[in-house]
Amino acid sequence: MTSGALTPYLSMLSARFRMGLQYRSAAFAGLCTQLFWGVIRVMIFTAFYRSTTHTQAMTLSDTTTYVWLGQAMFALLPWQVDTDVQSMIKTGTVAYEMLRPVDIYWLWFSRAFAQRIAPTVLRAVPMLTVAALLLHLKPPATWQCGVAWAISTILAAVLGSAISVLMTISLLWTLSGDGVSRLLPAIAYTLSGMDVPLVFFPAWSQPLLFALPFRDLVDLPFRLYLGKFAMPQWPVLFGQELAWIIAFVLLGRFLLAIGRQRLVVQGG
Amino acid sequence: MFEDTTLPQIIVENLTKTFRVAERQAGIAGAFKGLVSRRYKSVEALKGISFTLDAGELVGYIGPNGAGKSTTIKVLSGIMVPDSGRCEVLGYVPWKQRQAYVSRIGVVFGQRTQLWWDLPVVESFELLRDIYRVPAAQYATSKSELVDLLDIGPLLDTPVRQLSLGQRMRCDLAASLIHSPALLFLDEPTIGLDAVSKLAVRDFIKKLNRERGVTVILTTHDMDDIEALCNRLIMIGGGEVLSDGTVDDLRKRVTSERWLIVDMAEAGVTIDDPDATVTESDGPRITLAFDPDQVSTAELISRLAARYPVRDLFVQNPPIESIIARLYGGER
Repeated sequence: MTSGALTPYLSMLSARFRMGLQYRSAAFAGLCTQLFWGVIRVMIFTAFYRSTTHTQAMTLSDTTTYVWLGQAMFALLPWQVDTDVQSMIKTGTVAYEMLRPVDIYWLWFSRAFAQRIAPTVLRAVPMLTVAALLLHLKPPATWQCGVAWAISTILAAVLGSAISVLMTISLLWTLSGDGVSRLLPAIAYTLSGMDVPLVFFPAWSQPLLFALPFRDLVDLPFRLYLGKFAMPQWPVLFGQELAWIIAFVLLGRFLLAIGRQRLVVQGG
Repeated sequence: MFEDTTLPQIIVENLTKTFRVAERQAGIAGAFKGLVSRRYKSVEALKGISFTLDAGELVGYIGPNGAGKSTTIKVLSGIMVPDSGRCEVLGYVPWKQRQAYVSRIGVVFGQRTQLWWDLPVVESFELLRDIYRVPAAQYATSKSELVDLLDIGPLLDTPVRQLSLGQRMRCDLAASLIHSPALLFLDEPTIGLDAVSKLAVRDFIKKLNRERGVTVILTTHDMDDIEALCNRLIMIGGGEVLSDGTVDDLRKRVTSERWLIVDMAEAGVTIDDPDATVTESDGPRITLAFDPDQVSTAELISRLAARYPVRDLFVQNPPIESIIARLYGGER
């Protein structure tokens, strides 16, 4: 592919990103909410550690860092279907999307990616700053761990986008998307480790959680940050994250091709 | 810029499309019944449409609501896949070679905007420039031309949500032409516009067709659009082509009738003539319908002028509305 071939997608991404940055008061409100919730979650974990006599899988200080990373990276999760596409499908304007000489999957992916990273950039930077200065967020275990965290976070953003494009594609069948917008985020929230770090789940569930794609969104990058994986393991972990990305992209493209055949744009 | 103009640009043969529509009985009982078993009704939107179109034509594609106009446009523009039939536009099969094909066409759906609601108009243009991969120099020329022709210079920095419908339509037309397409589909481009905006839009479409040689397919319910713009009219109803030809052909096919409108010197005159029938009488103005094959226009006029106190008179063709209404009516 030449650089010109990517122009439409980058342009869509940048336009959507700039639109996302407009919502500054939403970002500020979100920041306050997430700081508040973060403090509560840290208090709950502190109470839990004080009351338990067993040794836990993670130390309290690691867990606290994990919580703050989660509060900062909150918006990376596939929270909803693409609201632009959703309203286009409701109003029939989606017809115009089909008229563009571009690959619709990557066009929607660009939108989804921008919708994930714009709010994350707006929130993560102030959140991480406040948490590092005042609320016991530790720096990465080593600088290598920091790099691994960054790579894995970028992959998480791509994976989250691929999942949300898949949710968007489901609109071609369901039209409204309210169901999938409630169900999938609830699952992703818990199984990714955003709710409770995955190491606290029962031992029998660990292989399952490990195999599912959701941990790659949250648990994997955070534990890389904390230095919980030895360096020789990294290629395998990144490989698994990448494999899920490829799987979701292929599935999305396949379903979009089928969904397009049955697309009916009604009315005048 | 355009390829061989001797070949038809659009070939449509026996296009069919059937929709399956879920039916629900009225009331709560009906709603519950619908949960268990659904009944579907097949709606044949297109029942074998065929026509060809040459480069540079400006064609009106008309028909009553639900006739299959929009469905045809959606198939021709590659949005929808038909059930059967052949369709070739600019050498492409629209739904099969969608990506390559759509960069050559422009489409405006009058009831929907392709501009970004929250962004200034010019940003939508720039996004479209990138999506269509229009080179910077070509974009600059094409944009300044469109801005001049449509008089939208002052609107470029306005967010789309603040535009009036007429302003928005002019910007939408510009947006659909940024990549200089050879073929333009306009689906009800004058819907809801005031008289001035309608004239501006019509004027622009005419110029585009005459001066730039862009082939235009226009669907509309506005008969003035048709009389002002179209040299050819394809009329469909119930998913079939009812007539295809010039506006005059259509007149002849339905009726050879002409109208003679007479203004009398006083009100209340009744005209009684064996070759003409009074269709309307409004004060001193009387409208007569006659068949020019039965009585020559000159003869009828001199006869009436001799017998009645005629102040003024003129002959006209029945307006296209009444022709079309007759044709629609005959089909039902």
